[in-house]
Amino acid sequence: MCDFLCWRRSDLTSCARIGCVRFPGRPLCSRCPAMPFSAQPPASGERYALSASLDNARHLSSLLRAVHFQDHATCLATASGLRVTVEDAKCIQANAFIQAEIFQEFSVQEESVMFRISLSVLLDCLTIFGTSSLPGTSTALRMCYRGYGYPLMLFLEEGGVVTVCKINTQEPDELLDFDFCSTKVVNKIILQSEGLREAFAELDMTSEVLQITMSPDKPYFRLSTFGNAGSAHLDYPRDSDLMEAFHCNQTQTNRYKVSLLKPSTKALALSCKVSIRTDAQGFLSLQYMIRNEDGQICFVEYYCCPDENITEAEL
Amino acid sequence: LSRIGDELYLEPTESGLSLRAVNSSRSAFASFLFAPLFFQLYEPGSSGPDTELFRCKVHMKSFLGIFRSLPSLEKSVGKCLILLKPRASRLVLQLHCKYGVTKTHNLAFQECERLQAVFDTQRCASRLCAPARVLTEAVVHFPPTLAEVTLGTGPGGKISLRNYVEEEAGESCRVRGPPPRLVVPSSPPPTPFPPPEPSKTMVTELWLAEDEFQSVAVAPGSHITFCFKEFRGLLSFAEASNLPLTIHFDEPGRPVIFTLDDTVLEVHLVLATLSDLQSNSQSPSTNGVSHLPAPSDDFPDDLESYMAAMETSEGGSEGPPSPTFPLRTPRPAESEPEEEEEEEEEEGAVPGTPPHKKFRSLFFGSVMTPGRPGLATTQEVLAEDSDGES
Repeated sequence: MCDFLCWRRSDLTSCARIGCVRFPGRPLCSRCPAMPFSAQPPASGERYALSASLDNARHLSSLLRAVHFQDHATCLATASGLRVTVEDAKCIQANAFIQAEIFQEFSVQEESVMFRISLSVLLDCLTIFGTSSLPGTSTALRMCYRGYGYPLMLFLEEGGVVTVCKINTQEPDELLDFDFCSTKVVNKIILQSEGLREAFAELDMTSEVLQITMSPDKPYFRLSTFGNAGSAHLDYPRDSDLMEAFHCNQTQTNRYKVSLLKPSTKALALSCKVSIRTDAQGFLSLQYMIRNEDGQICFVEYYCCPDENITEAEL
Repeated sequence: LSRIGDELYLEPTESGLSLRAVNSSRSAFASFLFAPLFFQLYEPGSSGPDTELFRCKVHMKSFLGIFRSLPSLEKSVGKCLILLKPRASRLVLQLHCKYGVTKTHNLAFQECERLQAVFDTQRCASRLCAPARVLTEAVVHFPPTLAEVTLGTGPGGKISLRNYVEEEAGESCRVRGPPPRLVVPSSPPPTPFPPPEPSKTMVTELWLAEDEFQSVAVAPGSHITFCFKEFRGLLSFAEASNLPLTIHFDEPGRPVIFTLDDTVLEVHLVLATLSDLQSNSQSPSTNGVSHLPAPSDDFPDDLESYMAAMETSEGGSEGPPSPTFPLRTPRPAESEPEEEEEEEEEEGAVPGTPPHKKFRSLFFGSVMTPGRPGLATTQEVLAEDSDGES
């Protein structure tokens, strides 16, 4: 049993699973993450809980940036792909989905693999060669995760230079379940992101809340803020060219904390379309359709609870 | 306007919508009057014989926040609707954007007194008119942080611009030496006059030939010193709108008036100018400073009449005028060029910002030309001066 693992884990079973037990008597086994490793990525015959390759790391990093409003994130890898979740204040949850098809290679040994990781560090590593996107250059990525207790290993290569990163993982948090399914949706709108970008970028931050009104009648779709200067309303008519779909059955007005929703501006900036849905309790779902450099589609979604401190809206 | 004050005064009038601002020390005032033709629709509301048209003021920042990004506004906004709703206490600005999107801003406003500076370009001895570009290119040589600039007239009709440098003094109650003067000899432009002590400040002086201006009608040997920041603000507007700028000025201490004129827009910027502390009570050799060469023959005449005016006003004033604006005087009978003036009264000149202690006494000996009727007692205007200057 590897001394390193013994220090970290008292669970023999998991050690056996990882394979350290194959080299008894050695203080550190060659498979142990504590061993200095070569620059060569491990052969694909190795049993890794998660193993993935991506020709252009930006396909991953740009999406992760769209949900980077907290330091830590929970990663869930399944056969269909990778989901990265960030939460705040038990009120807001953002998910970035990178499906398996985006990767050149994506394999998950078990049904699912889940860990918590520092998103800030992960992004720093993914962009270690710089964030400017010169045409023609891209960073290649190989990602390996041996499983519970192991760090996430990243092998990044650009222009012949290789960087190896090892990021510690933690016990995954329990995630919120907004229980938002399409059958419970009361109002739904799909808008071209172009129409909302400026509105979100210029949101009056002196307002505590963003009020969203969705209605089959006027004003159809309205975003309102109540700041120091006064109130501001942004109205989108149902027949606007920006409106791709308009399915509003009931007039609903809900308020959400501006500080919680403001980070979604990053996702909005990357996206070409956004779907806005509310359910009977006023929970908000924002789903952003993002097209990456190669034209592939990925999704980012934000879920937000309505603000409980309801006061009368200004006219 | 935001370079001048923190509050924007909106006053609808029969002749158009007037937007005005004043600075905290009441030494700068600007007004932009947009004629009804500037708008697609202009309804100033109705005013009866006893009621005036409603006016208000809003926070400058709040108002500007609505027009944050000019390039994106130009691309996306079709039209803008401005509604003043007194009963709801709201100023409504509604932007109609492309794709049918409507942005409605409801700004809180405050009722206010009429903000009105008192000035009369007719009474200015000197007038210059130049394309904005000429002046913009000239001021580029001065640091943007410059506080005050001196405009002067020189030999051969040349016009000079020079950064104003305060003379050094050790005590808290400063006594000025001989005032800065642009001497008018028949020789090359005067060199910067020696300050009391060797100054460590860089002095920049720029001369413009008469032919750079569209018109020059100036009293020789005159000069005025005013605030640079507000002047630059107006200059960038003039350049952007490609309008020539006219500068009306008189003696030091009397306000300088900058105007821009267009068929649908009238702009006035009134700035206080620094006075010369030239009075009998001052000994010429106070600081032991050597004198400048004797002024030319033209100058003393102006100086004498100026001093006469000082003495007259000091004797005849009814007591210190309020530090706030207008000392209203009855309208003179002379006719005016059409649309040139809104007001015809004099402004009590306030020394330039920041208010210096040494100018306080001068302030109350406010300048009035001889022969004017006495000060009227009516003062229509203004919020109380919160500076505590008085």
